[in-house]
Amino acid sequence: MALDEAFGDEVRRWLEEHAPRSLRGTRRGRFDGFWGGRKATGVDPDVLRWRDMMAERGFTAPTWPRQYGGAGLSAADARTLDQELARLGLPPAVVGFGLTMIGPTLLDYGTEAQKRRHLPAICRGEIRWCQGYSEPQAGSDLASLRTRAVPDGDAFVVDGQKVWTSYADLSDWIFCLVRTDPAAKKQQGITFLLIDMETPGVTARRIALISGASPFCEVFLEGVRVPRAQVVGEVNGGWTVAKALLGYERSMIGEAIGGQLATSEAQLVSGARRHLGAAAGPLPDPSLRDAIVRNAMDERAFALTIERARQGVQSGRAPGPESSIMKVAGSELKQRRWELAVRIAGPAGLGWEGPGFAADDLEATREWLRSRANTIEGGTSEIQLDILARRVLGLPSGKEAGR
Amino acid sequence: MKLILDEEQAALLKTARQFMDERSPVSRVRELRDSADATGFSRALWKRMAELGWVGLNLPEAYGGSELGLFELCLILEAGGRNLCPEPFLSTVVLGAGALMAAGTDAQKAAWLPRVAEGDAIVALASDEANSRYDVCAIEARAELDGDGYRLSGEKSQVLDGHVADLLIVSARTAGGRSDREGVTLFLVEAGTPGLSVTRQSRVDGRNAAIVTLESVEVGPGALLGAPGAGCALLETLRQRAAAAVSAEMLGLASAAYEQTLAYLKERVQFGVPIGSFQALQHRAARLFIELELARSSVLAAARAADDDPAAFPELAALAKARASELVIHVTNEAVQMHGGIGMTDELDIGFYMKRARATAVAFGDASFWRTRWADLRGY
Ligand SMILES: Cc1cc2nc3c(=O)[nH]c(=O)nc-3n(C[C@H](O)[C@H](O)[C@H](O)COP(=O)(O)OP(=O)(O)OC[C@H]3O[C@@H](n4cnc5c(N)ncnc54)[C@H](O)[C@@H]3O)c2cc1C
Repeated sequence: MALDEAFGDEVRRWLEEHAPRSLRGTRRGRFDGFWGGRKATGVDPDVLRWRDMMAERGFTAPTWPRQYGGAGLSAADARTLDQELARLGLPPAVVGFGLTMIGPTLLDYGTEAQKRRHLPAICRGEIRWCQGYSEPQAGSDLASLRTRAVPDGDAFVVDGQKVWTSYADLSDWIFCLVRTDPAAKKQQGITFLLIDMETPGVTARRIALISGASPFCEVFLEGVRVPRAQVVGEVNGGWTVAKALLGYERSMIGEAIGGQLATSEAQLVSGARRHLGAAAGPLPDPSLRDAIVRNAMDERAFALTIERARQGVQSGRAPGPESSIMKVAGSELKQRRWELAVRIAGPAGLGWEGPGFAADDLEATREWLRSRANTIEGGTSEIQLDILARRVLGLPSGKEAGR
Repeated sequence: MKLILDEEQAALLKTARQFMDERSPVSRVRELRDSADATGFSRALWKRMAELGWVGLNLPEAYGGSELGLFELCLILEAGGRNLCPEPFLSTVVLGAGALMAAGTDAQKAAWLPRVAEGDAIVALASDEANSRYDVCAIEARAELDGDGYRLSGEKSQVLDGHVADLLIVSARTAGGRSDREGVTLFLVEAGTPGLSVTRQSRVDGRNAAIVTLESVEVGPGALLGAPGAGCALLETLRQRAAAAVSAEMLGLASAAYEQTLAYLKERVQFGVPIGSFQALQHRAARLFIELELARSSVLAAARAADDDPAAFPELAALAKARASELVIHVTNEAVQMHGGIGMTDELDIGFYMKRARATAVAFGDASFWRTRWADLRGY
């Protein structure tokens, strides 16, 4: 305990003294910050300075071992660090799929050479990663993926197509699932590959979303040569690695949502006051009022559940079933919140851009549309409920579903 | 805020679960109902629970208690809720002893609390009336000054464990009209006081409730509980605590109904496969599980705040009761549906759970009552 406090004090002083003033109070969430990568241009110098000072101390990946660019902190100290950052409203110095997905997976399954090559670059935000899992014919049924990798000397030659690859156009490397044994049972012929997006034969093309943003792409792989040293885990043993990474992805999504919720009640109430023309006191529309309370209560219960899971893990228990509910509950919660925001806005929530609409309302409309993806990305809610039913509740798998 | 159990609490929960499974299976509730038992619970078992220290859990050592918190009491209520244990925790411990602790004089506490802790005295709160619904201030019973004492008249409804109570805590108006916040006063009225009559009521959950009629009941000045006219605030405090406590019972109730249903999904075969292999049912079961986990966190937080964080307690009590109230209805409705025809039979225990679910959902304010309360607390 005393040690924890000493760490907290030291970090607080260090941050207060050194963290760029311009960034204080700009924090939006645990996963909202500098995404890094070679393609990042025109970055605010303070953001780079912040990245440098944090990475210098290993604080961008606080729990990773020091030799790979982390700080080797305990979970408790890492949390203290995050609390101190939040207290000053400081954004994380680096964010991205490197830190949340491929990094932890390499720590579990990577070779020593892979860890040394990739982890420090992730910690410094030098290389941005994207996730090449989904394909046009392989979504929920991911294991049916068809992108082929054929051995050729000390390399594999990859041909195929990935889709819905978030930020592929801005990324430097892609972690990819490919089929190396077409004859084997579908889960058994898959290999996990790391591919430099600059390798000849890789092209990424943007896809527009209903929200107007274009954060994801389709990625074409044509005769792409990938050295064998870039296989993670065993050849044909990629499914195990893939699933471990999905676990990290889901807990990240749950956590990200948990972090975004704190302000929603106040925002919804102030939106309701504005749109209803209602000053202080009980909101004049009891149905909206009740909807806001429901949302706030759902958020509080969700945050408490995340906290309870965290305490359970910290006290040495294996991650309990609480963690498996985060993806479903969190993503649906986020959808209801934005749904409610546009409901509160009424006709003012119909704006797409330009004059006549308030910035808050425009944001709500875009977020409402974007949030519809929350129950699809990272495994749909239906698939999560399947996983819960079978792995947590122990229900028998349905032969009618062909699983 | 600590949301997990420490070792002692985990041990207490384990003991309580074992005790409830061995000494208080649901079949006991069925027998009490079928035999139209005059007490409606077991005095011997209550005495045994007192010996285990559960009845005086929240009371000071000076009165024979063990000075533990609402958190610990909630663990016992949760364990009891799993088996629909009918012993008078809510009436005697949470409301009765709670009222005495909050407002009683030393003499009043010394007279009653040791007997409560020993399991010898049953206390009931006789406050709600037939038309009160969820308004604790909606009281029409009257108390007229008479010499240095009072004369009480009126009728109380659904008084939990009222028909066996040794002591009734009665609310009556010394001033004001029906729903005024000021003017409600609380009195201690012992069973057998002339003018007091108690009629047992029959409720859907089979639990003890009674109509308490007061016809010019004379009480002395020593019967006043708290300051005259200030009863509503105390009733609100009590209701808040009772809401958190009953939420723990509801959590136990919902968990047990859910587990029985999950077991049935694995065992019942139709179309040549266990019905639990049908995705339509799997997903609903998974959603119930999620709701249970969210409610569990809320209930634990409320119980913890009652002991450690009084400023956060009102909101968390509202959260816990609102969630638990919707949870128990949802779980027990699904439990009946997933059992099919047998779910509708009296022979299966699920019906008992469904009825108790309804009673607890309504007790001390339902889900929409507590959501409104939350909005009030949050200033909108
Ligand atoms: C914004 C966004 C970002 C994404 N980013 C990435 C990324 O970076 N990298 C990447 O690899 N992928 C990414 N994805 C893809 C995502 O993982 C897939 O969309 C998702 O797994 C679903 O696959 P699908 O789109 O092919 O839908 P399908 O699998 O075709 O599903 C269609 C519908 O059928 C349902 N369904 C399917 N199977 C079953 C079943 N067995 N039982 C019941 N219902 C079923 C689904 O739940 C869904 O409702 C992203 C998706 C979105 C929306």
